[in-house]
Amino acid sequence: MNFDPRFSGRKFASVGTRPIRPDGVDKVTGRARYGADFNMAGQLVGRVLRSPHAHAKILKIDTSKAEKLAGVKAVITAKDLPDLTGGDAAMYDILDNCMARTKALYDGHAVAAVAAIDARTARQALKLIEVEYEILPHVTDVDEAMQHHAPLINDTIFTEGLEEKPVKPSNVTKRSQFGHGDVHQGFGHADFIVERSFKTEQTHQGYIEPHACVASVSSDGTAELWVCTQGHFVYRQHCAQLLGMEASKLRVTSSEIGGGFGGKTHVWAEPVALALSRKAGRPVKLVMTRDEVFRASGPTSATSIDVKIGARKDGTITAAEATLRYSAGPYAGSWAEIGAMTAFACYKLDNVKTVGYEVLVNRPKTAAYRAPSAPMAAFAVESAVDELAKELGMDPVDFRIKNAAQEGTRSSYGPVYGPIGIGPTLEAVKNHPHMKAPLKKNQGRGMACGFWFNFGGQTCVDLNIGMDGSVSLAVGTVDVGGSRASLSLVAAEELGIDYAQLKAVVADTSSLGYNDMTDGSRGTFSSSMATISAARNAIKILRERAAQMWDISVDDVVWEQGHAVAKGDKHGNLGKLSLKEIAAESGKTGGPIAGHSELVADGAGVSFATHICDIEVDPETGSTRVIRYTVVQDAGKAVHPTYVEGQYQGGAAQGIGWALNEEYIYGKDGRLQNAGFLDYRIPVCSDLPMIDTQILEIPNPNHPYGVRGVGETSIVPPLAAIANAVSNAAGVRMTHIPMSPPRILAAIEAERGG
Amino acid sequence: MRYIRPLSIEDAVGQLAGSAGTAAILAGGSDLLVRMKGGFVEPDLIVDIKSIAGLSDIRETADGFSIGAAVPCAVLGENAALKKAWPGVVEAAKLIGSKQVQGRCTITGNLCNASPAADSVPALVAAGARAVIAGPSGKRTIAVEAVPTGPGKTSLAKGEIIEAILLDKRSPSSGDAYLRFIPRTEMDIAVVSAGVNLTIDEHGVVTAARVALGAAAPTVLLVEEAAEALIGRKLDEAALERLAKVCAGACRPIDDKRGTIEFRRKVAGVLAKRAATTAYARAGGK
Repeated sequence: MNFDPRFSGRKFASVGTRPIRPDGVDKVTGRARYGADFNMAGQLVGRVLRSPHAHAKILKIDTSKAEKLAGVKAVITAKDLPDLTGGDAAMYDILDNCMARTKALYDGHAVAAVAAIDARTARQALKLIEVEYEILPHVTDVDEAMQHHAPLINDTIFTEGLEEKPVKPSNVTKRSQFGHGDVHQGFGHADFIVERSFKTEQTHQGYIEPHACVASVSSDGTAELWVCTQGHFVYRQHCAQLLGMEASKLRVTSSEIGGGFGGKTHVWAEPVALALSRKAGRPVKLVMTRDEVFRASGPTSATSIDVKIGARKDGTITAAEATLRYSAGPYAGSWAEIGAMTAFACYKLDNVKTVGYEVLVNRPKTAAYRAPSAPMAAFAVESAVDELAKELGMDPVDFRIKNAAQEGTRSSYGPVYGPIGIGPTLEAVKNHPHMKAPLKKNQGRGMACGFWFNFGGQTCVDLNIGMDGSVSLAVGTVDVGGSRASLSLVAAEELGIDYAQLKAVVADTSSLGYNDMTDGSRGTFSSSMATISAARNAIKILRERAAQMWDISVDDVVWEQGHAVAKGDKHGNLGKLSLKEIAAESGKTGGPIAGHSELVADGAGVSFATHICDIEVDPETGSTRVIRYTVVQDAGKAVHPTYVEGQYQGGAAQGIGWALNEEYIYGKDGRLQNAGFLDYRIPVCSDLPMIDTQILEIPNPNHPYGVRGVGETSIVPPLAAIANAVSNAAGVRMTHIPMSPPRILAAIEAERGG
Repeated sequence: MRYIRPLSIEDAVGQLAGSAGTAAILAGGSDLLVRMKGGFVEPDLIVDIKSIAGLSDIRETADGFSIGAAVPCAVLGENAALKKAWPGVVEAAKLIGSKQVQGRCTITGNLCNASPAADSVPALVAAGARAVIAGPSGKRTIAVEAVPTGPGKTSLAKGEIIEAILLDKRSPSSGDAYLRFIPRTEMDIAVVSAGVNLTIDEHGVVTAARVALGAAAPTVLLVEEAAEALIGRKLDEAALERLAKVCAGACRPIDDKRGTIEFRRKVAGVLAKRAATTAYARAGGK
């Protein structure tokens, strides 16, 4: 079936409305089943023993005492997860991260695991496992790890991306470069140049639900996994590969998800739970504690970034350059590369160059976090842009408007843009009442822009029409932000029926074709495309059945507003047949009616946002309060505007936490000091103002309804917008995130002293 | 693990004194249960004191107030007389944890947990509160600042239980206040804190004062030089600056994940000034 994904400019009946969410009642009454809510008969409790050392050779692990403890049914180490990755380096890293093989590479690295009849026995068993370590020197800071004398984390790493292969191994796994033009020449034409260095500390996605799964491996070699994930199909592939199973023999069911934000796109506990179950011959439930979530899952990169931007007196940027160093944890990643791609994506630049360095450190393996790598690059760039506007004596919004990318601009990372929203978000901000609201003493206002690519990817959807005329939709992208409601709206729109006639579910891996995971803001974009396609396929069958009922040619039947309509003069007396009427007869006209779709959703439109924020700083304590916050973002088309607003607010809220207080704090011993929500300070409700939102709709030409992904872009501008606001309020440029009270007070005191 | 719920203080004391192994007293449980769940402690005996007669009451006596050891902090905020007499103590108790935690936690528990960052303790020390202790050899009453001896450690002997906290009857023209610094607005633990309690004469001159600092040393600090900086003066700019300086100097803080030495010193002074200003206004000073 040919599917035309192009934007059609149609008028909408269902899309754009705000019905109540289909998963709401179960969630607020506690009936919804999250990762830890699933149980099986005979289930054991799994627990993981973790390294207390940042960097250590594992000389010996003696599990004999633990194995002898009554109630212990299985103890595993890396030996029980043999290397089956066949030279796939990225998979080997995942395996090593799930269970350390020869070295513990960070505080919290798994070294062994047990399955026992209850939690108490499992905890006791962990204490009986004897691990002999040889402690090695460690490094946790991204800049220190780049020094030539830094402790080497992996002596097989030789920096990729250099003109010549280096002679010595180092902690820098890769160098990447983007840009065009000649920055040296460009800076020569500048009247003003701003050059600054910035740092951001490591943060965690901070999802409320810890990682949890139940694994059950049968003696016939088949297995089931119930798990909280953003991508059960990907988990199936990874787990099957690591355990040496055929993917079809492992059925993975995704639970409701209490937040993921990119952090639940990586396997950690799942292969361990499967290996425990395989060894014990019983189902195993493995739930991480909060301490484990912080020490061993997540987090995003810590960064160190240098930015240089030059402009002429008239406000035209002549050149822009950035060097970005991102920590990857102890395994290779592409985090700096993404940062280098996004850094200047908002601007139309003749001369631009960005260089990224991936840096190994003794911290947990870096995981995706909502528009991964973009917020830190935006913080550095948008801070420098703000400072440059000040030097030029230009309004920061006007300066950005003058240099904003537009349709036809060659982006700093290569592609030429189609229709995009950066200009419109800036114009909307310029005209927003927030920009004109008066400020009080010790208050400052900041604004900043942000970009994110968005992603499409492999998608598969089934749409089944019941004999009662109700429609069930089976999708394979996990619902992390309201996609079941949005996809139901899309199906209702396409079929021309009421939203209430639809019910969407996330199907398990044995019930539907492969789907990429819900990342890259792709859930609603890609699955709505597949839903439209599936609905159109179902409509074709509905038309055929109506033609059969009427005994006319299907070519004379059209689908209008939920009904088959016979067209042409000779069928004028036939009336209409509703979807319900056709469905009721389906048993006699050829059996069940369904529509299926499998596609690669190409053309995810890039996304831009501009944020405004007001901050009050207490100059005596460095304490901050967010007074007002406004998000303006392009959604392409907001399918369910309430959810879109929720995504805008959620990204801003996480960005506020990151900007002001969240950070991984390591001791000199390389151990994480604040592995809990008391000292890892995500904002509480009373820390935030009501976050105001404005949805712009610049249609994506590559989606039938013009939809763009909306989930991630909202976390890109906050670090910079808040840094600009704090800098304006405190009268000193803040260059280190988070801007915690001690850092702000120290900066104020230094400014007073200087 | 054995859990008991005695009905009398004598029984509780007897059970504690006679216990082998580790024992813990359970009131609100907002520290104990969290520590047990985290696997940090596994007591052999838990003595729940909430059913002991009188321990859940606030009594107003001729001498002042007696606050039973099992009275939740939220209940302090519902006692109009206590709130009027000791607003600083009540506001400190009402800063602990969250609303839900305040429905369970007690100021006695906060004191016995012996954290230098405990919110209610600097306010109690500034207020000159005393603890009534029941033990195998009878009852004794000591100043609250004599209870904690270091982080997580108290001067209580085996078998001893604090049964009540005593606050004096309020003298006229007096006020107290408590302030803490946290990076968030709530659900947090003090980076540094200050409690001030003072009395003024008809001219607005401070005649008595007590100043206590939290999270500034291994135990809550009673800073006598800070009180001296206020006594005999009106609360003018010079007195406040001197108070801030003395408080900053009296701190013996540490660098840790919650704050630096330098930050704690500076902010201790700032909070002491602000708390003194509020206490002074509450005393009727202008």
